[in-house]
Amino acid sequence: MSTPDKLINFAKRPKIAVHKFSSCDGCQLALINDAVSLLELATIVDIVHFAEAGPLDEFAEVDLAIIEGSVNTHHDVHRIEMVRAKAKYVLSVGACALTGGIQALRNFTDEKELRHWQHDVYPEETEVIIEGDLATAKPISAYVKVDFELPGCPINTGQILRAIRQILFGVEPEKNVDPVCTTCKHAGVTCVMVAKNESCLGPVVADGCDAICPKLGRGCYGCYGPAKYANMDAMIAKLKEMGLSDEQIKHKFHHINSQAITFHGVTARTISQ
Amino acid sequence: MNVENRTTKIEVPILARVEGEGALDLEITAGKITKCELRIYEPPRYFEKFLEGREPNEVIDAVARICGICPLAYQAGFSNAYEAAFGVELTPWIYDMRLLMFLGEWIESHYLHTHLLAAPDFLNYRSGIEMAKDYPNEVLRGVRLQHLGNEILKLLGGRSVHPNGMKVGGFYRAPREEEVAALIPKLEAALKDAKDVVEWFSQLPFPDAEVPFKMVSLRHPTEYPVFATEVITSDGETFNINDYDEHFREFHARQSTALHSTTIAGEPILLGPLSRINLNFDRLPPHIQEMANATGIKWPSRNMFHSIIARSIEGYWAIERALEICRNYTYTDKPALEYTPKAANAWGAVEAPRGIQIDHVQLDERGYATAIRISAPTSQNLPCIEANLRSSLETFGLDKPDDELRLHAEMVIRNYDPCISCSAHFLTLNITRQ
Repeated sequence: MSTPDKLINFAKRPKIAVHKFSSCDGCQLALINDAVSLLELATIVDIVHFAEAGPLDEFAEVDLAIIEGSVNTHHDVHRIEMVRAKAKYVLSVGACALTGGIQALRNFTDEKELRHWQHDVYPEETEVIIEGDLATAKPISAYVKVDFELPGCPINTGQILRAIRQILFGVEPEKNVDPVCTTCKHAGVTCVMVAKNESCLGPVVADGCDAICPKLGRGCYGCYGPAKYANMDAMIAKLKEMGLSDEQIKHKFHHINSQAITFHGVTARTISQ
Repeated sequence: MNVENRTTKIEVPILARVEGEGALDLEITAGKITKCELRIYEPPRYFEKFLEGREPNEVIDAVARICGICPLAYQAGFSNAYEAAFGVELTPWIYDMRLLMFLGEWIESHYLHTHLLAAPDFLNYRSGIEMAKDYPNEVLRGVRLQHLGNEILKLLGGRSVHPNGMKVGGFYRAPREEEVAALIPKLEAALKDAKDVVEWFSQLPFPDAEVPFKMVSLRHPTEYPVFATEVITSDGETFNINDYDEHFREFHARQSTALHSTTIAGEPILLGPLSRINLNFDRLPPHIQEMANATGIKWPSRNMFHSIIARSIEGYWAIERALEICRNYTYTDKPALEYTPKAANAWGAVEAPRGIQIDHVQLDERGYATAIRISAPTSQNLPCIEANLRSSLETFGLDKPDDELRLHAEMVIRNYDPCISCSAHFLTLNITRQ
């Protein structure tokens, strides 16, 4: 079934829930920060659960569940399954929900090293932490079926309102497939890599932020994850040519969206090839 | 178990309108609270560990992700630490721009909290959305002020959540003079709004919730504290941030994934707007002192419910200070200083909207992190929140119905504007009566 068909019976006045998993809360702020739009949104949908904004009904039946955050604990595995069971559609928002986010850097540890982390940060009551923790921080889609996704760290207000509007119209939220470079060219932003020899991931990173970093005169560091068509070999070759060490290159990709397949595979070995 | 020891257990799914996830366990035996534990179970994210081995500016970008509401507090705290480590002396231009940007975060955070999260408590609404139906002008005024804060952040960082403008040694870009000038009329108009907010809040009904604990804030040599290296307490102590560990102890409590802080002797401490205004009243300009006195509150105040007033006064001060910086702005083509990385240990502290955010870095000769410590204000406040809940619920009356107790507990907790994702999220209230 194609998405438009799938959305054909979507409620005219849907019930919406916003859930938080492991995250910084920054993506929910895309809704709260623009309170004027949030108040307007509340006139066309019923927001039944949005803890940070006030409404509470965690496991109510909803038409659309908006999910922020990654799954890193046993408790959250159970919770995301409950949320999915009560939601007709699930929209994951932000890097944490889509790729595990920055906290998914733990996925590169082995069991011994993670124990070491747990002991270091929580020296007094480590056992409680070990009991609750999963070995990994993973995206929502690793545990339940996700219908739509919005990338970004964080997502922005226009992006989420547009997505909700599109779903209300019965169409799938559009995906941005272009790299950041496209926006820079359209906006006439001077290329920081060409003009300042500043490393920039713009050629391989999806746009969505409107090229914030190049506009500030600095390189992109990958908030929106990999672009659809990313030439990683050319990107890595360019960074090496600019004098970055293998370790520095690896760190650039193992940052906000380290578990996105395109970036995950960048290791010291792939760089030196 | 006899009849008098009958146990009633009430589960409340979530504490709304705090940023975070947690639960409050209350045990009431023979009319006394025998257990009051704030359990915080925000899943651990291990920033301290995965940032080891990272270069300075990567850390500045990464630490923003600790908290979406106060990303800049972490960025500024860590910038301060790195600059102390590398011996970078900021130019007045960089200092002013750092301050302007951070005041943007104060403005955004204070008006978001007071209008959408806290005010509904005082006026008996379940949410800001609900309150807006009866108080449309007041809510829109608060939102306007919040947006102004976001606009400042956006000017200097490209966006208000996880801004990208700051780096060790300064900024990536200096705004053009006309961009800064465009803020001036908005800040001027905001002063009136901010004054009206102070007056509005001063008419709210304030329950009593005395905090008898040591109040702690930063102390600036000449003005109200935002960035500073000196700490001051309500017991008259002053010391450098480098000696923080000699005065306070950070530890991990079983009920929580957030670290707690107390004095070395184990007493709770209070950070945040109420401590700041109490300890730095003399640092407010005289006309703002007058405005604060005109609210009818006698400063210093130990009533935690006065925090909403403290935030509105700080909001007014922040707008006025931001306006001053904008009026004196001149463009520079050197928005950042060069520095030579070196092996060092250093502390960095800022007054985040919720209280002192203090960070420590240990660096190798390339300036890469070998050990990191992050102390968020909410986690430092946790023992104080627990003690405050205990006493204010007893004053409120433990024989009240569970629903009323729960609402009162939520209100007490919200006074602290807990930013629990810094530390950890979402609150279940478990009341056990015996």
